Amino acid sequence: MAAAAKPKNGRLCSICNDRRAALKRPKTLEQICRECFYAVFEDEIHKVIVENQIFKPGERIAIGASGGKDSTVLAYVLSELNRRHNYGLDLFLLSVDEGITGYRDDSLETVKRNEIQYGLPLKVVSYKELYGWTMDEIVKLIGLKNNCTFCGVFRRQALDRGAALLKVDKLVTGHNADDIAETVLLNILRGDIARLSRCTSITTGEDGPIPRCKPFKYTYEKEIVMYAYFKRLDYFSTECIYSPNAYRGFVREFIKDLERIRPRAILDIIKSGEDFRISASTKMPEQGNCERCGYISSQKWCKACVLLEGLNRGLPKLGIGRSRVLSNEPNKDTKQTNGTKNMQSKQCGTLDF
Amino acid sequence: MECNSSTCPSGCYKDSDSGVGQERQSASENGRCDLDLYANSHVCIKCKVNETIAATHPAVASGGGDGSRFCADCFRGNLFGKFRFAVTSNAMISPSDNVLIAFSGGSSSRVALQFVHEMQHKAQKNLEASRDKYLPVFGVGVAYIDESANFTVPSHDFDRAMDEMKLIVSNLAPPVKQFYIVPIERIYSSDTGAGRHRLMELMDAVPDVTGKEDLLEHLRMLSLQKIAVDNGYTKLVLGTCTSRIACHVLEATVKGEGYSLAADIQYVDARWKIPVVLPLRDCISQELNMLCSLDSLKMVETFQQPRCGINGLISSFVKLLQEENPSRESTIVRTAGKLKPFSFNKILEDDDCNVHSASQRRQKKYNLKPSESLPPESFCSICHSPLKNSDTTSSNSIGNDEASVGIFAETCSSCQYQILPREPSSLESFHSLLPQQMIYLAKNSSFYKHESLRDQIQDCLLSDSEDGT
Repeated sequence: MAAAAKPKNGRLCSICNDRRAALKRPKTLEQICRECFYAVFEDEIHKVIVENQIFKPGERIAIGASGGKDSTVLAYVLSELNRRHNYGLDLFLLSVDEGITGYRDDSLETVKRNEIQYGLPLKVVSYKELYGWTMDEIVKLIGLKNNCTFCGVFRRQALDRGAALLKVDKLVTGHNADDIAETVLLNILRGDIARLSRCTSITTGEDGPIPRCKPFKYTYEKEIVMYAYFKRLDYFSTECIYSPNAYRGFVREFIKDLERIRPRAILDIIKSGEDFRISASTKMPEQGNCERCGYISSQKWCKACVLLEGLNRGLPKLGIGRSRVLSNEPNKDTKQTNGTKNMQSKQCGTLDF
Repeated sequence: MECNSSTCPSGCYKDSDSGVGQERQSASENGRCDLDLYANSHVCIKCKVNETIAATHPAVASGGGDGSRFCADCFRGNLFGKFRFAVTSNAMISPSDNVLIAFSGGSSSRVALQFVHEMQHKAQKNLEASRDKYLPVFGVGVAYIDESANFTVPSHDFDRAMDEMKLIVSNLAPPVKQFYIVPIERIYSSDTGAGRHRLMELMDAVPDVTGKEDLLEHLRMLSLQKIAVDNGYTKLVLGTCTSRIACHVLEATVKGEGYSLAADIQYVDARWKIPVVLPLRDCISQELNMLCSLDSLKMVETFQQPRCGINGLISSFVKLLQEENPSRESTIVRTAGKLKPFSFNKILEDDDCNVHSASQRRQKKYNLKPSESLPPESFCSICHSPLKNSDTTSSNSIGNDEASVGIFAETCSSCQYQILPREPSSLESFHSLLPQQMIYLAKNSSFYKHESLRDQIQDCLLSDSEDGT
């Protein structure tokens, strides 16, 4: 129909049928104009937020902000939707300063600009003040092996501590549909049925101190990039200097290939993840509290304390691999980082939701 | 193919089913360190006497793995042990059964044929030795589904391949096995010409390449079921191995079939009129290929079509993963194996089977406890997968056209997307092209006779239509 209408000016947008189509929407391959893309992109996220009742009016919400594309678009869209649909939310930016010179200091500058651009108060928590170590110092001590384990464990706790300082009710992160599809497949490949059963939940940790939500659960990475590109959002796109996997993992590459053949495959993987018949009897680790710092932990000491103890005693291997000193159970987090290095795309803490 | 060798002291063939299974488990778990220990010695890690396959048959064991760990006898014993463990612990074959083996000519179904044959042969020998007329020996038939309607193949190539297959089956020792070569279009009618035309029309109406391939697979199952029903078979044996199941796990996940996945990957699938069993569920394709070359089991692979679309992508992905880690396929199947199976994923005990109590006693039942009492409401009329209730009623399915609701309601979202035509107007004609059995089977599975249930509660229903509107 559009081709017949104005062949010289190209196709018309298949939604408004008025403006010229400027892009092929990654999720549906519809040819649409920029304005309609913004509208469907934002409306879908709004719908996800409403249907899943992610927020309640009056809540204080922290947005985990790294300065990267996902969290930048999340901050932008959330403040926009909060205004437009009167969510009644108090939004904050929460960043973690791992202390990585040449990477985090630069990306934090981006977040600081976002603070002003979007008018959202920013809180930065640093590894140095929380743990007494920067990642630079840790890497100096232990080298480039296992450093992502430290960083991932510390970041998870740092976000929770920052959120507690901000006195927020929830923490939202920029995990997108591609990330979740990747996690579903990874959990199948590595046989982790417990994680498989919860990795597709839009809200996790409701029993913990601060629940975490993923408003981008159904949002394609490609559309996030497209949105940031057309809106000319200010974001930081350099990879961590200590995570030398510039190459994409097997699984990520596979998902990109799938998306090329059948864009809806990403959503189908998430749907499968939600629909898997996992019996309630599947063992879940028992939640307790760390005897040292009080943070939630299934062991006597939380993972961060074990790692920290190792660092401070000059035994950095403590807590890496199968530690039998402090805990009898094999250590999942470390096993994961060591064993599946070449299957997953991002090593830094993207998998611990 | 027993491990008769006197040099194999581990007695890998004694009737200790569980023993074999456990041994296998520990062998695969400790595989790596065993490999290190014995890598240089070329001695089988099991019997510790014979030379490994890698040493005796270097051409066969090129891939490493089992070939560098086991001698030929122990390898064979292990593999047959896995097969027999699956058969006995799931009550797959009982003496009164008449078993139909689906034979494609590939290595998996070739091994399935060989192993079932060996089992039958052994039972026959036992019968002759004991002169106990009370224990019948199960019957075996073989079926090949001719799918040449879907790809062009020179007729002399086809005829030669068929001759080879016939030879493979007839060369097996007695009892004689009936061999059926049935064109897939026969599901329409015995008139092959008209059936072929209708099949082509149906295939042309499917917009998606992956959908075409999957539909053909569903039709193949229907054909096998038809052969089994028409010829009095009571079980259908497929050669589906771990590697194939691992691919299926990812295929189903990627197509959004997470709910029904557990139904497809169990040892037993009795949602069909003739229960389907997968005795090679624990064998990986490398092992099966190795056995075929080791024992010169002849294969006919003239018509093996490479998988395409999404399925093709997944095949190569799994292959890559398997190369990176030789136990990856098993891990995938083990993960999916933890999903809750359906109540039809086991052989129902017949009441009249106390006749074979002698054989029954020897069967260890590791049957899955069906933890749910309620059967699923309905099956997809195309792929026959159990439908999740919320999916059939959800409004987000693509079809909002009033007329299409009927067909849409009976199909899963995956079939809706990749098999049904996109245009709502052509749904009716598409529906008419489907073989009758498809629609019939969906409504009258051997397990849930929905209609008969309805009859029982008829007097309490207020409307005539199924959905109560």
